[in-house]
This record gives sequence, C-alpha cells and structure tokens, in this order.
Amino acid sequence: MEEKTDEIRLPLIGEKAPDFEALTTQGTLRLSDFEGSWLVLFSHPADFTPVCTTEFMAFSEIYDELKKRNTELLGLSVDSASSHIAWIRNVEEKMGVKIPFPIIADLNKEVSLKFGMIHPAQSKTETIRCVFIMDPESKIRTILYYPLTTGRNMKEILRIIDALQTTDKHKVATPANWNPGDPVVVPPPKTAEQAEERIKEGYDCKDWYLCFKKL
Amino acid sequence: MPCVSADGKPTKSGIATLSALKNGASTPEAVAETTGNALFRVRSGLRELVNAGFVKQVGDKYQLTPEGSKLVK
Repeated sequence: MEEKTDEIRLPLIGEKAPDFEALTTQGTLRLSDFEGSWLVLFSHPADFTPVCTTEFMAFSEIYDELKKRNTELLGLSVDSASSHIAWIRNVEEKMGVKIPFPIIADLNKEVSLKFGMIHPAQSKTETIRCVFIMDPESKIRTILYYPLTTGRNMKEILRIIDALQTTDKHKVATPANWNPGDPVVVPPPKTAEQAEERIKEGYDCKDWYLCFKKL
Repeated sequence: MPCVSADGKPTKSGIATLSALKNGASTPEAVAETTGNALFRVRSGLRELVNAGFVKQVGDKYQLTPEGSKLVK
C-alpha cells in the first residue's frame, strides 16, 4: 500500500507557480495579480537584521532597472506587516533608501512553506534567502537559494532576467558568464543536415555542436 | 497602495481608480495606463473596491456602482 505523506512538493523550474493571497505592505495581493509582468519573489530571514537591510537597499537600487525589464519585486519574511512597515520606515529614515516594492507578511508561513523557503537545518522560524524568478505567465524560470549568511548579488539577478528574456525573444541559449551584448549560443542541430547547414550559415562555430552568433 | 481604508472609505489610490473607471477605462490594463499605477496594484485595488461595493465586475470588465459614482462626480 502506498504511504501518504503531507509533504509539500516544491514548485520546480518550468512549472506554473502556485497562486496565493497574502497580506503585504501594499495591501492584500495574489500572485496572479502579477501576471503580465516578470516577477522576482524573494524571501529574507527577518526584518531589522543587517544582511537583509543591505539586500533591501540593493533591491531598491535595481528597482528602476527591473521596471525597464517589465519586472516586479515581491519580498517575504515570517514577520508581521507592522514589523515590515516599521523596518522600511527605519531604512528610509536612517539609510535614506525608500523601499518601493511590497513585502509579504507571512506570519502563518503559508507562502514560505509552499515555496520551500524554510530550511529547518538553518532555521525553523526564519526563511532563508530564496529567489524565484517567474515569467509573465507565472511560470517559474529560475530558483536561487542562498544561506542566511550570504547576501545576494543584484547584478546576477539582473543578468539572469536579461538571459531569460534574450532566450525567449531570440530562441537561443546564453553561455557561461554571458552578459548582454556578448555572443549567444545557437541551439545544437537536431539532424546531420542541420549540422551541415549550420556551418554554411556564417555562425562562429567551434564545432558542429557549439556555434555562437551575435544578436 | 490599498484602495479602501480601514473605515471603508476609498483612499487617494481608490479615488484615482474610480476616476479612471468614470473616464472610460474598464479593464485593469486600461486603469493602470490611466493612473500610472502598476498592474498588480490595480488588480488588487479593484478587488478591494468591488468588495466595498464601489465597483462591480461584469465578466472581465469593471464599472462603477451608483455608490462609487457618487464619489467621483
């Protein structure tokens, strides 16, 4: 007989993210409210903590760049809305940085458990530093997990969004350490005929399976 | 920002949304374009205004209720 478990299955890359409704610093929001935009859903361990404060300031710094990429930000931690509001007011007052994006008050851990944001070996009560990048159809395109002690790299988050949007637009892949403007990788040919044609098409081919092109 | 305050009255964002509806916007996308607010905020705000009785949803379109119309004369 099959054993039933109550374990929550985490959403994986390529799957539509599970919808939720949650209280945030900008009112009650549903994940589906963000459809039509790319979304960076990220969790932080706790308000009024040093690494999280630097991250929130850094996320605010890239906010305009994200908007240019049709991308919204949505933060989350297991703190109350009052705590979030007090913290962002403090960040603005003491650090001079306004936090323009909503933050989920996930006191009952409903969203954090759905998205696997609590790793009990690190902390049973705090969310670790997760990043879920979703496309305009709420499909999960990238998942990043960082430990409590390591702040995230905003340039990498922007780079991933650029890479995903470039891939979608041009049907290509992006090689290691790719940045916008760099050559992209043409998908490997599926037939010997395509491989032969590829050599003639003027791509920068190192071999039949590794061809670059400039966009 | 929320469109309806704790006392049940529309906020500044709420009034902006109601005005957009009065001026012909009928979808969240059109309201977002008129008000300059992010689409996610408009969708959330319209839900609040529907729950408060200022707006009604007909299919995928939104329109003012008589109660909502009184607020944006």
